[in-house]
Amino acid sequence: MMKEIVVISGKGGTGKTTIVASLAVLVKSKVMVDCDVDAADLFLLLQPVTQERQEFWSGYKAVIDKDKCTQCGLCQDLCRFDAINDFQVDIISCEGCGFCYRVCPEEAITMQENLSGSWFTSDTRYGPLVHARLGIAQENSGKLVSMVRQQAKSIAEKQEVDYILSDGPPGIGCPVISSISGVNLAVIVTEPTLSGIHDLDRAISVCQHFNVPVIVCINKYDLNEDNSHQIDNYCYSQRIEVASKIPFDNVVTEALVQGLPVVEYSNNSVTQQIKKLWLSIIGLLENK
Amino acid sequence: MIIAVASGKGGTGKTLVATSLALSLANRIPVQLLDCDVEEPNAYIFLNPSFNHKETVSIPIPQLDEKKCTYCGNCAEVCVYNAIAVFPKHVLIFPELCHGCGACSYLCPEDALFEINKETGILETGQAKGIELIHGELTIGEAMAPPVIKEVKRHISREKLTIIDVAPGTSCPVVETVKGSDFCLLVTEPTPFGLNDLALAVDMVSKLNIPYGVIINRDGVGDSKVEEYCRKEGIPILLRIPLDIEIARLYSRGVTLVEGIPQWQEAFLRLYNDIEQIAHQTKG
Repeated sequence: MMKEIVVISGKGGTGKTTIVASLAVLVKSKVMVDCDVDAADLFLLLQPVTQERQEFWSGYKAVIDKDKCTQCGLCQDLCRFDAINDFQVDIISCEGCGFCYRVCPEEAITMQENLSGSWFTSDTRYGPLVHARLGIAQENSGKLVSMVRQQAKSIAEKQEVDYILSDGPPGIGCPVISSISGVNLAVIVTEPTLSGIHDLDRAISVCQHFNVPVIVCINKYDLNEDNSHQIDNYCYSQRIEVASKIPFDNVVTEALVQGLPVVEYSNNSVTQQIKKLWLSIIGLLENK
Repeated sequence: MIIAVASGKGGTGKTLVATSLALSLANRIPVQLLDCDVEEPNAYIFLNPSFNHKETVSIPIPQLDEKKCTYCGNCAEVCVYNAIAVFPKHVLIFPELCHGCGACSYLCPEDALFEINKETGILETGQAKGIELIHGELTIGEAMAPPVIKEVKRHISREKLTIIDVAPGTSCPVVETVKGSDFCLLVTEPTPFGLNDLALAVDMVSKLNIPYGVIINRDGVGDSKVEEYCRKEGIPILLRIPLDIEIARLYSRGVTLVEGIPQWQEAFLRLYNDIEQIAHQTKG
């Protein structure tokens, strides 16, 4: 039975991509997917060769025909998103609801389909990767996430692999909810800072809200051992396993600059802790 | 003036910069800090404000008056978010898909839909160390950050210097936050991830036509490609914060840079001067 594992964090920059890229090396039978469609970085470490590129058309934007518009102002009054000013549509604010289009007495408004990004299926030396690029200022990141996950799943089924490894976005909103819904396990990567702890708490709550099992990894644990201890205690109280504690080490950045997953670059304690994390993940999945 | 502190990549030091910039200026001019990273708002951790006002943020969602409904299906057809499904004798409303546009209730021929408010977040305001802090927080399980961000931005006071702590990324919540700013600081780190996401953020602020400059955090780690990129593109590097375990430890304890190492105040004052100059030149 194929399992889907997503790595999230709440707070940005805690090491999600570093860990996913390393798991990509350690795990034999898998498909990778980058669900951080807003600032996708996994490709920088996996050096993919694109096999297929697809456009992502999603949602609509209102367009006002100046010749037909009588400037009655009804659309401006009714738009809840303040997207129409001076009888012009601000496409950044327009959420494509079509309310204006339906009420315009002059039929001066049309809804035009919106190209919001693209997604790619690629080969890497670690296996297939599905990734995407959401256009600047675009909505529907959640839909694009569902799209890349769906694609990864169909490749995984075709190739009969054991795992889907997914690099998730920061935060707790739309793209995160899309990334975690229905996965077998969420790995939350945190750091022992007060911000990290606060954001971990919210990330755990979102996973619990959507009934997603959680395992925690503390990155740079030795930056503040008191805070790491606090994370231990908190996770214990929530019956969540803290699977590994990765030390602060410049080797992580050195590997990144070389464009390599850290476990391929070095075999020090960072690598040992990531291996330990993977063993805990397997253990947890097998117990379920 | 409104200064947005954004980044593309997460965890590069936006909150560190926003809080230290605000504190450095607090005893000179009136300053407000807006935490628009409503999914993971952290500025309050560093500022320890006493909040004196709290309000809920909500969006209007439809509710059905079954006595009036004829199950004509118009509402389901109108809703582009698929938040309403109409069956022969039954209507299903999915509040988590609703954007609150109001089309369904307005266009219902039987007047059978009315709106109720659904809470999607909270907003708190308070004072901290001479700064007015406006803190927005998205409710757990809610998908849409922009309505909460818009509420936070309603508190912008033109009599004050407004510093906005932005969420990472370049998609709709970020653009909603950054638009309307007079200047955007892009905080990055000198690594391939930092560079990739900086280029995306530069693309965003260019599209919004907002003047911007870069801050390199953890300077000394990684490589020099961010620097080369900025030089090639003619982007000013306004501040460098070195990779320093002491700075990282202060941050981990929730201590702002200028409070932990007061000598940094001077650098942030200089930063503000530079921003004013660039913003002024661009306007002129």
